[in-house]
Amino acid sequence: MNWTLALPILVPFCAAALAFLLRNRRGSGWISVGGSVLSLILALQLLAEVLRHGVIATQMSAWAAPFGITLAADYLSAAMVLITAIIGLAVALWGMAEVGQISARMGWHGLFQTLIGGVTGAFLTGDLFNLYVWFEVLLISSFGLLVIGGQRKAVDGAVKYVTLNLISTVLFLCAAGLTYGATGTLNMADLRAAVAAHPDQGLMTVIAMMFMIGFGLKAAVFPLFFWLPASYHTPHYAVSAVFAGLLTKVGVYALIRVFTLIFVGDQGYTHEILLWVACLTMLTGVLGAAAQSDFRKILSFHIISQIGYMVLGLALMTPLAVMGGVFYLLHHIIVKANLFLVAGVSRRLTGSSDLYAIGGLYRSAPLLAVLFLIPAFSLAGFPPLSGFWAKYVLVKASLDLGQGLVAFVALLTGLLTIFSMTKIWAEAFWKAHPDGRQPRLASIPARARVLLLSPMIALALMTVLIGLFPDPFVTFATTGAEQLLDPSAYVATVLERGAE
Amino acid sequence: MKSLILTTGARLLIALFLVFSLYVLLRGHNAPGGGFIGGLIAACGFAIHAFASGVAEARRALRVDPRVIGVLGLVCALAAGLMAWPLGFDPFAGVWGEVAGYKVSSVLLFDIGVYLAVVGGILTLIFALEETL
Amino acid sequence: METVLAILSGVLSACAVWLMLSGNLLRFLFGLLLLSNAVNLAIFAAGRLTEGAPPLLGQGGALPGHQMANSLPQALLLTAIVIGFGLFAFALALTIRAYRAFGHLEVDRMRLAEPEEGGK
Repeated sequence: MNWTLALPILVPFCAAALAFLLRNRRGSGWISVGGSVLSLILALQLLAEVLRHGVIATQMSAWAAPFGITLAADYLSAAMVLITAIIGLAVALWGMAEVGQISARMGWHGLFQTLIGGVTGAFLTGDLFNLYVWFEVLLISSFGLLVIGGQRKAVDGAVKYVTLNLISTVLFLCAAGLTYGATGTLNMADLRAAVAAHPDQGLMTVIAMMFMIGFGLKAAVFPLFFWLPASYHTPHYAVSAVFAGLLTKVGVYALIRVFTLIFVGDQGYTHEILLWVACLTMLTGVLGAAAQSDFRKILSFHIISQIGYMVLGLALMTPLAVMGGVFYLLHHIIVKANLFLVAGVSRRLTGSSDLYAIGGLYRSAPLLAVLFLIPAFSLAGFPPLSGFWAKYVLVKASLDLGQGLVAFVALLTGLLTIFSMTKIWAEAFWKAHPDGRQPRLASIPARARVLLLSPMIALALMTVLIGLFPDPFVTFATTGAEQLLDPSAYVATVLERGAE
Repeated sequence: MKSLILTTGARLLIALFLVFSLYVLLRGHNAPGGGFIGGLIAACGFAIHAFASGVAEARRALRVDPRVIGVLGLVCALAAGLMAWPLGFDPFAGVWGEVAGYKVSSVLLFDIGVYLAVVGGILTLIFALEETL
Repeated sequence: METVLAILSGVLSACAVWLMLSGNLLRFLFGLLLLSNAVNLAIFAAGRLTEGAPPLLGQGGALPGHQMANSLPQALLLTAIVIGFGLFAFALALTIRAYRAFGHLEVDRMRLAEPEEGGK
């Protein structure tokens, strides 16, 4: 069981090292793909193991908890690792067609696998300081990915991304250090009891708020999201797809983990703030999207509004709401990454991402139009796609609590999401191309076409599948939410293993 | 900037730095020292060479792209961690063996990995910054 | 001693915020460096200090006669300093690249990715 938890982290790093050492060969991208396939298998194995035992945990090099570094996986972690592997494989394939030899020679594939390894590590670790280290690993590799192959615009985006993320890092570090100073432990399972037992609860709330701001910056919630729309539309499309799918979600995951496991002492204060943040995030994100006219910028703002839904699930803290939040998180990653991939292909066909300068895709590339409609409708919450169930659960959870206003904001955001999706549809797909171009998918060489389209079709199928057969996914998310709200099994598994 | 004193001195210094860095690396197991500080010292040696004779000359003296050195360090560290797998230990557990009367361990391999990663990483940065300025 | 460090950390944070609020990218970076040092000092102080002696056990694991500092925060710090150093070096390289691309470091004028007028 020990290696089941460690291998999903180690394999991407091995793939990264290999892909970098062979970066000058033509096939270096295939190493990255091979690593991703292996990661996917290992992630499935991890999930099977978690389904069997509920929670699994291990200690690195057998140093007992709470002193050594813990790796632990509950339902949420295992699902996130699996989704990371899926997106990793999809983008590794897709990226082979987009990322040119120059970027590959600069080590693009190696950095990409490092990023996946860092994200996986963040999902699996059970130690606060180790989480900080994984955040840094994924941050450094995302810096590299952001500037490789980009033009001057990418440098501009990178400046904003780097500076604001560094501030969040410093805050996170400070919070982790103060936590240790106050409680004498960094093991997340151990911290639950230590924080609850601390005599000065006010101090704990202060530390909790530092975590909230640090993770909130990474998750791009309401007053802290400015770096996201400034940078996500500048690098390679493969990079923005994986950023959009995974990076902010690491922040959301960290928020969920910390505010269900550790800082639950003053929920009237912390979760009330989270509730307001969630509502404002939903609204500002979707309003920002309505004002944009660039394909990727609209999608970037939508990430922000969707983050609001996930934080909403956490803020309400009822079993149903957390289940909705977890379900939303899982479905959103697939949908969002797919939309960015569609944007990439549309850019390749039409030559621009400015919606006013392109068009005619429905007529000339109907397959792409379908591939856009599935995730777009899912994002907006149309039945029977995956997003509908996620939104339905969250709205129901807020109505159950008598939070009519929150439910209204959630529904309004869904409506406005449809508005801006319609805008993309009308401009890019429906109207004729202003220059009269007829961009056809057949104009892409066959090899690239397969590489580009197969991951997109697979992701779209997953969205449809979750929508048509939501039962197993809902059951899974329900158990995941129960584990989050009552982490006694998590705590016991982590600490018991150390006591052996 | 070419300075006769610096170039001549650098030749002596670089050898000294490299030998000392190996000493620090190896003594690090039970005493202050180790891969990180050793790597820093070695990187200093090449950095002085770069200041004295130019980055191009330092790159030639290094022979290998510093990024490759860094990644080889990663490979060493990963190998040290994975070595425990076939032997049935926990991830990253120390594996000990004896070669010709000397104790060797995966811990040392990990430390060598750190050493290489630090040398590679720092030199990549220093060379890149020197070249852009 | 901890009080002095706490005050120092506060002063550093104040200077850092002042630097970071300026519109120049390089000054922002220096501010960030000060801020991370302030945080490092705070963590250092949180682990208690023993003056004049390292937080190590004596021969055979013997406890020293005086109160000892907790050495884990110092280990955390070391990690954080190393990581911070790497990040800062990258940010510096990025700054140089930005200066070459734009010819200035005024962040208010870096609007290439987000043009002033909405859309076009």
